[in-house]
Amino acid sequence: MSRMSLIDSLRVLHDVRKGHHVVVSTMGPAREWMKLGSHSLDFIYAPSAMGEAPSLALGMSLAQPAKHVIVLNGDGCMLMNLGCLVTITAAAPVNYTLIVFDNSVYEVTGGQSTAAAPHARPPGSSVDFCQIARGSGFASVWEFTRLDDWRKHVAEVLAVRGPRVVVLKVEPVSGGAVPRSPAPPVERAQHFAAALQRP
Amino acid sequence: MFSGEQIVKELSEMGITHVVWLPDSTLGQWELALQAAGGHGIKLVRVCREGEAWAIAMGLELGGARPLVMIQCTGLFDSGDSLRNALYDYGVPLFAVIGYRNALNPAADDSARTFTEPNLRSWNIDYRLIDAPEKLPELKAHYAACRQARVPGAVLVAEGKM
Repeated sequence: MSRMSLIDSLRVLHDVRKGHHVVVSTMGPAREWMKLGSHSLDFIYAPSAMGEAPSLALGMSLAQPAKHVIVLNGDGCMLMNLGCLVTITAAAPVNYTLIVFDNSVYEVTGGQSTAAAPHARPPGSSVDFCQIARGSGFASVWEFTRLDDWRKHVAEVLAVRGPRVVVLKVEPVSGGAVPRSPAPPVERAQHFAAALQRP
Repeated sequence: MFSGEQIVKELSEMGITHVVWLPDSTLGQWELALQAAGGHGIKLVRVCREGEAWAIAMGLELGGARPLVMIQCTGLFDSGDSLRNALYDYGVPLFAVIGYRNALNPAADDSARTFTEPNLRSWNIDYRLIDAPEKLPELKAHYAACRQARVPGAVLVAEGKM
């Protein structure tokens, strides 16, 4: 089954975004999310410490329980910090959604396979992010491969009690580069903090 | 060297809202007190690996909370990229309490002790060493100074023989 395009999958989220949604994005998803416009509650996590976006977003969700923090993570990033899934469910923030964009490659370094990529593993051995999430204590877990299904269910997904994990199977972006900070990072962090703390 | 109740009292007076921690055998003795510190407005956030702690603390700080990272020095070694990003890419002045393994055991053959202070210096983190009970007030004083200057900071809590 063919996967959805990254930018289309992001448009679906963009179309249902609400005023209290905080969006933390990193790597490929950050690069493409920026193309859809900017928002005071967007935190483009570039430069990043690869793997730490879900943890960063967890801190925001604990500090601001009235806001809904949505983190757009890559599968390579996810693999780098699987323990954070257990940390997140221990803290149990109801206002937290982790979306993993699974393209099976390290896109920004040229498309090398991750260790979880089906074609880079022995036959019969597969990695299932949804099962990992469930085994880490997430009760709300979804996976979508088709854009229409994602579009049909996105509002429902964001409405159920969190924390939630969504795995979206996406195509790699050919030539997808490392996202660049849209402004000096320290300045951006200060402006974002002011917006995040605004009631 | 200190009881959990003593530490909670200090953290409460510092205005700490969240302790983001992964304990060692010394810091771990404070667990019950930290767990029960909700009445002081302090929440305990348990992480699985220390690098997470800095990113969570950064998110808390951006959200208006007053987090403190509490880990062992071995976890500091594991934290490199995460603390680099939070402290220097984004200029978030986080503060940590770090257990200093075998600091009070001069005979211990432990490379963790060898590299702890050089590691903090290499990250340009201003730190104080608490190696005697009467030095506990340095925690609050150093935290206040770092907040005032908006710079990252740490205290090393010496571990080993009392």
